Amino acid sequence: MSKTLSRTLLPRLLHALALAAFVAFALFPLFWLLKVSLTPDDLMYGEGVRLWPSRVTLDHYGAVLRHSQFPLFFRNSLIVSTATGLLATAAASAAGYAFSRFRFPGKAWVVGVMLISQMFPLVIIVAPIFRLLAPLGLTNSLTGLVVVYTAFNTPFAAFLMQSFFEAIPKDLEEAAMMDGATRFQALRRVILPLTLPGLAATGGFVFTAAWSELLFSLMLNSSAAVSTFPAGLLGFVSKFSVDFGQMMAAGVLALLPVGAFFLLIQRYLVQGLTAGAVKG
Amino acid sequence: MATITLSNVSKDYGGGPVLRGIDLEIREGEFVALMGPSGCGKSTLLRLIAGLEEPGGGQIRIDGRLVNDVAPKDRDLAMVFQSYALYPHMTVRENMSFALKQRRLPQAEITRAVEAAAAKLGLTTLLERKPKALSGGQRQRVAMGRAIVRQPKAFLFDEPLSNLDARLREQMRYEIRKLHRELGATSVYVTHDQVEAMTMADRIVALNDGAIQQVGGPQDLYDTPANLFVAGFLGSPPMNFLDATLAPDGALVVEGQTLARVPPPAGPRPAGLVPGAAVTLGLRPERLALTTPTDGVPARVDLVEPTGTGQVVHLALGAQRLKLFTMGGAAWRRATPWA
Amino acid sequence: MTRRALALKLEPYFYTAPSLLLIAAIMLVPLVTGLSYAFHDLILLDPLSGDFVGLDHFREMLDDDGFWTALRNTVVWTAVSVALQFTFGLILALLLNRPFPGRGLVQALVFLPWAVPGFLSGLTWAWLFNPVIGPLPHWLQGLGLLATPENILSDPHLALWGPIAANVWWGIPFFAITLLAALQSIPKDIYEAAAMDGAGPLLRFRRVTLPLLAPTIAITVMLRTVWVANFAELIVVMTKGGPADATQILSSYIFTLAFQRLDFGYASAVAAVLLLLLLAYAAAVMVLRHAMTERA
Repeated sequence: MSKTLSRTLLPRLLHALALAAFVAFALFPLFWLLKVSLTPDDLMYGEGVRLWPSRVTLDHYGAVLRHSQFPLFFRNSLIVSTATGLLATAAASAAGYAFSRFRFPGKAWVVGVMLISQMFPLVIIVAPIFRLLAPLGLTNSLTGLVVVYTAFNTPFAAFLMQSFFEAIPKDLEEAAMMDGATRFQALRRVILPLTLPGLAATGGFVFTAAWSELLFSLMLNSSAAVSTFPAGLLGFVSKFSVDFGQMMAAGVLALLPVGAFFLLIQRYLVQGLTAGAVKG
Repeated sequence: MATITLSNVSKDYGGGPVLRGIDLEIREGEFVALMGPSGCGKSTLLRLIAGLEEPGGGQIRIDGRLVNDVAPKDRDLAMVFQSYALYPHMTVRENMSFALKQRRLPQAEITRAVEAAAAKLGLTTLLERKPKALSGGQRQRVAMGRAIVRQPKAFLFDEPLSNLDARLREQMRYEIRKLHRELGATSVYVTHDQVEAMTMADRIVALNDGAIQQVGGPQDLYDTPANLFVAGFLGSPPMNFLDATLAPDGALVVEGQTLARVPPPAGPRPAGLVPGAAVTLGLRPERLALTTPTDGVPARVDLVEPTGTGQVVHLALGAQRLKLFTMGGAAWRRATPWA
Repeated sequence: MTRRALALKLEPYFYTAPSLLLIAAIMLVPLVTGLSYAFHDLILLDPLSGDFVGLDHFREMLDDDGFWTALRNTVVWTAVSVALQFTFGLILALLLNRPFPGRGLVQALVFLPWAVPGFLSGLTWAWLFNPVIGPLPHWLQGLGLLATPENILSDPHLALWGPIAANVWWGIPFFAITLLAALQSIPKDIYEAAAMDGAGPLLRFRRVTLPLLAPTIAITVMLRTVWVANFAELIVVMTKGGPADATQILSSYIFTLAFQRLDFGYASAVAAVLLLLLLAYAAAVMVLRHAMTERA
């Protein structure tokens, strides 16, 4: 009796412990962020290392939100990330569909180009991009950021969408084409509805990446009116470099939309990547 | 219903020709089977007719009209796929209405057509279900319903029964054939199963290695095959092929035994049929019979497979092997070597 | 050629055109421009600069201690980060691969770090390592790893571990998600066959799981390595490359050269070298993979 118990119980216990360790590791930094953001200033240094302050306060959040710029930064990030998510997913779906369904001369080159675009430090194209966008009036603008972010994210999104399309049998389009549809109509009416989880996952991935981007947001947009959240937060942090409470509160606020969104779509990412792997 | 004509159609994917020099005329209302082993090009040929692929050369005509340049959606052909290709996110009714909606027919007409086709196939109770809630046989019917509802010029079938179990396959063979007789529809049916081809087709097109080997009625192909491929493909158990020598008196000698005789040729002797020539002798298993030790040719029994209807007897004649099929529930014992 | 045949031939290009044009315009053309700076003397804000200098910058690089330090640090940074991310990502994927109550929730929580913006992850870990408001220095002292609860980010010998910790925390979900997807696509009956053949869990892992995962592992690790080598955000945010270049990697060095010293010419030269090294690495991996699959 005890032998069977230890055979099934011990591995399961270890399994649970290991997972608990991972969860703790993943959440601890975020928990700490939250904890410090809720610690009142007077307790900050004295209770610096405690796991939870003896008194909590929402003052820091109030200060951050009242700071005239943050709602603006938030709104800018939302606009840029949503637009990028939509555009990049659309372009990537078309390209991913082409990779999945067609064999065509130059395909290897196109794939190669997309791969190379992921391989160099983006730092070296900051200046050239600036010089490209400035005469077009796209520097210091949200539109310029959307254009740049869409370009950056499309390659990986295209590979993601390709694997989602691979999971859908090719004869579905052919059936639709026999039934009187052009390939594009077949794509719209039959295939895309079936890739909704994939579209959501890809869109979420691009949204997250665009939301997190710092370098180009800093370099291309100098005026606060068109700064995104990361740039705004960094500026805030460097100005108030010792007010940890407010900095952490700003950090938590920066996390909320992206974290929530990601929690929703992460399931589809694994699902879609698995399905694609099985077929492709 | 339409005629389909193929003239010198060929297809090459870059790794060598998959189809060459295909000339075929399919008459109105005919049920033609494209039959052959995997890789022979039969599915490719079907897809060329459908318009899902472009021919490398040759012309494809439907009702006399050249359709090489016409997209599948404009050819007015319906296709039943091997995997059924039902739209998973639509109900049976929506699946069957899709093509008619594409044509922008009025809703009342669409409903009428769908319900009529559903009734014909026994799908009426399933109309609001989605494909994943259907069994294999039901899905197959929906695929056919989707094709019928369009009243196309012709039906194309791409091995539609391969994914069904044996019992269901038999039943669907009968139903497809019955449907064909009711609708009088021109049908092109791709299969690797010679039983399907034999039982369903008006004419069989035997394909191998990208070329047509023979075209004709099932019994014609069975009784007078044009070459070794057709002879060996039809029939179960398949025809026995034995290495024989042609004796001067016309006898065909296998392992020292005379098994058959070639009648003297009516006209000039065909090249290669000279005395002493090595030939291949084909014998249908059901044409052989077991007899008493004093008659016939001695052979050793290796294995007996009872099939219920009869027995398949595996024989060894010298170094060669052959099979014999006998219906007689011959009461006879194993391990009696016919020395 | 018929009209339809032409349309069919062009079809795939219509689908790929939007992406391709955008990438070419925003990434490739600027890349070429950026690389061309490597051969010019280009100091920002100096209107007299801009002359062609040939290979001068590359010669300069050979004597530049900063470059070699950064190169060494890049190797350490990349190798350690990827090794740790991969190992823990694999363990996590294995743990998540079998169903258990609450798996959905656990999975969502454990992947959450990936959603955190990179720089925020850097800031958070910098604060965690700050003895004033973070617990880590005290815990490390408690564990005996540190003599005093100092901020390791100020210690040239330990500083690189700060960004590495942040990078590992942030990067585990990526590997876990990819490897989990690959694990779930291994058909169960292969495991059952191995179990019937008498293989215990460890042997099953070595003989079944690893070989089947190998292609995914190879590509993922390669892509990730390249990406991590280029990833300067954490370092710039946490240590700015200091103290005394202890955490400077090539891509953060490029950033420093370009935006602090404003020497765009030299920065581009270093970038060109980095790109070359990464392409060589990628090519080597592809060749190796090809050779290994040929042998198998």
